[in-house]
Amino acid sequence: MDESGEIRHSAVMKKNPYIIDNPGGNDFRLNRETLVDPEILVAERDRVFDQCWIYAGHESEVPKPGDFQTRDVGGRPVILTRDGDNNVRLFLNTCRHRGAKVCREREGNTKRFYCFYHGWSYRNDGALVAVPGDDAYPDTFDRSKLGLKDVPRFENYRGFWFASFNPDVEDLEPYLAGATEYIDLVVEQSADGNMEIVSGVQEYDIGANWKLLVENSFDDYHLHSTHSTWLEYMKDSGVNIKVPKGLLLPKKGIGRDLGNGHAVIDNYNFRGRPVATWISIYGEEAKPAVEAAKAELVERLGEERAERVANTNRNLFVFPNLMINDGSSVTVRAFWPEAADRMKVTAWALGPVGESAVMRKVRLDSFLTFYGPGGLATPDDVEALEQVQAGLTSTVKEVPWSVMTRGIAKDGEQLNSDELHLRTFWRRWNTMMTGEAAATETGDTAEAAEAAE
Amino acid sequence: MNREAVEDFFYHEAALLDAWDLDGWMDLLCDDARYLVPPNDVPDGDPDNTLFIIADDIDRIRGRVKRLKSRDAHAEFPRSRTRRLITNVRILAHDDAELTVTANFSVHRFRRGGKGGEYVGRYIYTLRIEGGAFRIAERRAILDAEELGGLSAVSFIL
Repeated sequence: MDESGEIRHSAVMKKNPYIIDNPGGNDFRLNRETLVDPEILVAERDRVFDQCWIYAGHESEVPKPGDFQTRDVGGRPVILTRDGDNNVRLFLNTCRHRGAKVCREREGNTKRFYCFYHGWSYRNDGALVAVPGDDAYPDTFDRSKLGLKDVPRFENYRGFWFASFNPDVEDLEPYLAGATEYIDLVVEQSADGNMEIVSGVQEYDIGANWKLLVENSFDDYHLHSTHSTWLEYMKDSGVNIKVPKGLLLPKKGIGRDLGNGHAVIDNYNFRGRPVATWISIYGEEAKPAVEAAKAELVERLGEERAERVANTNRNLFVFPNLMINDGSSVTVRAFWPEAADRMKVTAWALGPVGESAVMRKVRLDSFLTFYGPGGLATPDDVEALEQVQAGLTSTVKEVPWSVMTRGIAKDGEQLNSDELHLRTFWRRWNTMMTGEAAATETGDTAEAAEAAE
Repeated sequence: MNREAVEDFFYHEAALLDAWDLDGWMDLLCDDARYLVPPNDVPDGDPDNTLFIIADDIDRIRGRVKRLKSRDAHAEFPRSRTRRLITNVRILAHDDAELTVTANFSVHRFRRGGKGGEYVGRYIYTLRIEGGAFRIAERRAILDAEELGGLSAVSFIL
């Protein structure tokens, strides 16, 4: 961090700690300033986002050489493209001459990216290939050093491409730690291991701090109060939503710490799943296709693994800002803070390449029942997060702490409606922000979670 | 059935929705009605192979309306105030049984605390003539914005 950043950060540090983390004393409190203070966001950009791997896109979004997509990744405008040699690339979308974006379309296919300002153009492997009037440049002008700039690191795991702006970051796979197991479960839905992003993207803003969406995306404690109208809709559609004693959801689920700040809720399915469990809202015509999808999984993976892939719902959080929700459909959701109290959310649907038209229809229909800005549930999440932001922003002085101790006194596994997975995120975040080592709690280790399974 | 009759029907529908008379609005729908809001990046897409914002068949329209009438539809409680301006109505095709109609809309949404926004776009309706009156077989609300952005959600009937 630069000198001014240090000054800013030390000013932040003079306030209370970000978290009070004392699992032995059954205490975990979150300093609400972390959700409000713009200086903390400045520090986050440097200490969290610029150090981690950030989800950039899926290989299926650029299937052919020359295909491109433009978006923002890690706060930078980038071009995701497949070059003429069939390599997936991620370029910073800025001309090496004076800085204009060299690609302004959302998506397309091109051999060249062209800067309209002075006419420099670049091949889709980044090479600078045309400079109008280049006879005016001195001998020291070296085109070969003026290609489009790649992001410092760019790697993929099973088709999910991540960028890092930290050249020294550890390789992607060890960074993902226990999250790889859960990405595998998603990809194994596909007979040949190929998944694709489906056409149609949902891009919407939430007037809340980005970390509130991390929490919300795998917080099953809020299901009954926030989503009672969705549960009612499922009940009306014939789904059993009766909750057994000791649980808050119709079926059991656990929260797990996956290492490096990644975490998951791993739930037995109680609602329909396009790959396994037909429910009446899918329509009679879809029943054979859903049953055939399950049969294919059993054939390929064996009964036990097929059941694992098909009949568990998993909300996977990849630190710091990616959720892959494999439930009633597969949702890939990334988000980015625009300000301490505002984020941009991008959500895609993911499905197996080559699945039947009936299955694709069921998958998308199932997505929309719960998810997205027009779903029967997501708008209530957006409302909840905005109410949180509105509630705590100006009251921090009087009400400085949030309580996040659900499940902390338990030995062994914690439920999806406990808060171990939320604390996992906050501990990693705090460590990256402050350098302080994270506390561990009894139910915290992967061994304990595995022993409990 | 001329444009004036279609306009009268649209104004009536808009008045029902702005008044949150959702049961009255349901009475305007065919038994197999569909309500679609395509994604901003694929405005002319097909919901069978493209992720929409809303792609309701009649069962989910009924579920959506039931939800919106509840105090627990938090995104719409307290309810948004809306005001719909509908213009540029054109009949694109028609026969004795069915019409395809388009119109421009500007739906202003207001919530307490200054939140809300302007939803601007065009409708494409399939209207059926049943018993001498129009019934909605399909209504597709296509937003012009490049992304939903600050509008955040389509939590009311657009």
